[in-house]
Amino acid sequence: MLRVEMKITRNLTGGMPTPMRLRDLIRQIRAARTAADERAVVQKECAYIRSTFREEDNTWRCRNVAKLLYIHMLGYPAHFGQLECLKLIASSRFTDKRIGYLGAMILLDERQDVHLLVTNSLKNDLNSQTQFVVGLALGALGSISSPEMSRDLAGEIERLLKSSNAYTRKKAALCAFRIIRKVPELMEMFIPATRSLLTEKNHGVLITGVILITEMCSRSPDTLQHFKKLVPNLVRILKNLIMAGYSPEHDVSGVSDPFLQVCLLCNILFFFEQVATNTETSKNVGNAILYETVLSIMDIKSESGLRVLGVNILGRFLLNTDKNIRYVALNTLLRTVNADYNAVQRHRNTIVECLKDPDVSLRRRAMELCFALINGNNIRTMTKELLTFLEKADPEFKSQCSSKLFITAEMYAPSKRWHMDTMIKVLTIAGNYVPDDVVGNLIQMISETTPLHAYTTQQLWNNLTGELATRQPLVQVANWCIGEFGDLLNSSDGADAEPANVSLFLCEKSFLFVLCLTGVYFFSVFYPLIYLFFFHIRRIKKLIDIYGGNINIEIQQRAVEFSALVTKHNHLRPSLLERMPAMESKNPSGSALQNGQATEDELLGDSTSKDGPHESLTSTSDSSMFLDLLGGTSDIQATSSEVIKPTAPLSVSSDLLDLLGGLDSSTQVAPSPGCDPCVPELIMDGLVTPEEQKQTIPSLTAFEKNGLKLDFSFEKPVDNPQMIIILLSATNQTPTPMTDFLFQAAVPKTFQLQLLPPSGNVIPPSTDKGVTQTIKVINPNKSQLRMRIRISYNISGSAVQEQTEVNTFPSVIWE
Amino acid sequence: MLQFMLLFSRQGKLRLQKWYVAHPDKQKKKITRELITTILARKPKMCSFLEWKDLKIVYKRYASLYFCCAIDQDDNELLTLEIIHRYVELLDKYFGSVCELDIIFNFEKAYFILDELLLGGEIQETSKKNVLKAIAAQDLLQEEETPQGFFEDHGLG
Repeated sequence: MLRVEMKITRNLTGGMPTPMRLRDLIRQIRAARTAADERAVVQKECAYIRSTFREEDNTWRCRNVAKLLYIHMLGYPAHFGQLECLKLIASSRFTDKRIGYLGAMILLDERQDVHLLVTNSLKNDLNSQTQFVVGLALGALGSISSPEMSRDLAGEIERLLKSSNAYTRKKAALCAFRIIRKVPELMEMFIPATRSLLTEKNHGVLITGVILITEMCSRSPDTLQHFKKLVPNLVRILKNLIMAGYSPEHDVSGVSDPFLQVCLLCNILFFFEQVATNTETSKNVGNAILYETVLSIMDIKSESGLRVLGVNILGRFLLNTDKNIRYVALNTLLRTVNADYNAVQRHRNTIVECLKDPDVSLRRRAMELCFALINGNNIRTMTKELLTFLEKADPEFKSQCSSKLFITAEMYAPSKRWHMDTMIKVLTIAGNYVPDDVVGNLIQMISETTPLHAYTTQQLWNNLTGELATRQPLVQVANWCIGEFGDLLNSSDGADAEPANVSLFLCEKSFLFVLCLTGVYFFSVFYPLIYLFFFHIRRIKKLIDIYGGNINIEIQQRAVEFSALVTKHNHLRPSLLERMPAMESKNPSGSALQNGQATEDELLGDSTSKDGPHESLTSTSDSSMFLDLLGGTSDIQATSSEVIKPTAPLSVSSDLLDLLGGLDSSTQVAPSPGCDPCVPELIMDGLVTPEEQKQTIPSLTAFEKNGLKLDFSFEKPVDNPQMIIILLSATNQTPTPMTDFLFQAAVPKTFQLQLLPPSGNVIPPSTDKGVTQTIKVINPNKSQLRMRIRISYNISGSAVQEQTEVNTFPSVIWE
Repeated sequence: MLQFMLLFSRQGKLRLQKWYVAHPDKQKKKITRELITTILARKPKMCSFLEWKDLKIVYKRYASLYFCCAIDQDDNELLTLEIIHRYVELLDKYFGSVCELDIIFNFEKAYFILDELLLGGEIQETSKKNVLKAIAAQDLLQEEETPQGFFEDHGLG
């Protein structure tokens, strides 16, 4: 019996042993103990499969390809199976075709060379009588079609869209969807057949039809017009879905066909209220539908009632116990907070609760949202919450949070004293994570608020306890203050800071920081202290002489200077060590300026005045001049934002800037857009209607040459009659893109100019969408505006620079 | 539109991968590897959505398998979770109380079911019954072709 069996088997299989079953191969591979074992099994099998492919064995090809696909999923190369897939697809057996198409979808994406060879088989199969064969072909086409294949087979797809078989129609609709994405020009040919898709009862056809129509409408506004008439049909379908009774086929947790509902909502612009009231929210599906509703409300220019409804839905989401829902709610609220500020304020408490959520992405969003919601009324409570949050926050949050706290405190602080207290608390809590520019700005601010000098210094001195190494920014600020205002430490505000204690304490602590920037700060403190505490000078000098040989060049330099000053130049002391005058801050709203404002001298040809304050270009060579304040730029990270030069007296005595040191007023805070409500127009991501202009002011073309066109359009903000906001739009009418586009402007002395960061520095060719940039001009004297502009860009590898003056500003802007 | 769907085990072994956008093989492997590491590092209480590179990733764990989808920026995440759940229900109905081993040994059938649910990254059939009917009919076609023999070693085994 056994011999007969073997004989028959041999005849059936042409003498070759039957290939291993797929199941057995999988078992063998899983049984391998080590990676080396697995590799051995796989390689053996691959070799076997390769040889059978060479033998052109039809019987077992599909089994071998199936095994190859498994091997490919494990990560091994399987490109030698590509042609075999083609042969399987061409076979007449359904089993072969099924595996063949699966293999093609896995191994043959549009980047492979043999990809196009599938086209012919696809064409044959698309004309097959069996719906499942057609289905297989459509499935493959929908997954891997390339533009060439799409062009070849578009005609077949269009024919199949009109087929009477619902199974085929729905697949054809999604193939058409993919073809349109690959080759948008072919969209026209599908439009007639699409209308009829919506009259189907079958939900599969309906949903795929709606997806197709959505894609068409998003690509071309004409199609949108064409399909607008179909909207009532869509509405009716949605209504039926909601109102109709239970349909077991499409039901998900009591909701009738949520997928189709969501799809329809993408299309329909009204009927929100009905959906919102009738949808049950205890299950994920209900929430999915409500979320889509909210997104749609925000996308269109809804009237305020609808928007409030949207925000309330989000508020309800925030109270949901499911963290996924809360995440989605926080995310969307962040996008809408600028539009519907008051509506979101109502949910402030819930948002503050989310600050304590265990999930980090929820906490981050809650933090950003909190910053967006701070205003003059709630600043105290919000700050308290945020400080608690800051204590427990992860490191990456701490720096972001502390710089944002600084900005919001500056904008909304109810009193200067509160402001100081808060900032000192931030420095203490956030420790080393406070970014450098906050330190600089804080010092600047402290120097400005003269009445509080004593109080501030006292507070800082009190806080100089604990682990100083982790709180270097605090130490830096404290150092500067004590250096400047050390004499005030003994005034009526606080009596326990003996001058001896202060200086000795600082001497001790300076040992800790000799190798870093803070150490340099320490030294800057000592200079003014000499003036005050002369009787300790011998002790101080002895300590400092030790550092004369320190490995850090900065510290060495300081120590030697100090010694020299004390011993040889005693007579210079009083004038050198006068208190620093208050530093003016140029930009109260603190936005980052990137495209530099050129010095007035350069562009307008006036003579340089030593006394007037002026800003410099952002080139590092210029900034290094000012950063020399600390004797070197190596320790300071110069950010790409502006350098502010301190006022006149300092510019005269530039050598002495070295000695007076301790100033890090060189950089400016760059606020993150999310929390800066001063410039709402810029930060919108399309969710908000731009503010209506009170009067229409004609726009003007400022510059047009060689294909580059600059248009100025004007807007007057309602709260500031002296300000005009100019929106610059740069377009490129040549066929080559322009890169590294840089716009600079200068205005006469009586004006104040502020350039906000541009949308980008590459202008794409021949489109209407170029680079935009906002310019703000304040005109306190109501004189006629003149502006000199300089433009530079690169085109086709060569750099172009243009300079011109714009005098034709309409006078109506100053009315 | 879905960009890709991955199924992988708790040990990081890939069980199924379906790509709806074309990437070179090397890049696919890189994306898969990085994404699997990222998702396996997340704690159980964390949210099911994450932003990774410029994609939105939606993932859910069912027993020992992670189902992970990458969607476009303007897609609805909650709905994607529903799609994943629908796929799991279909697998469950087809295999009868599906477990990871079913998907390992019958990966081609898992692909076939996915291809009946999603096409080109979009959902094509919302009725569970219809999807299972289509799969059953195709399985029948396959069976009819293979001669029932004494030595039934044909087909995929």
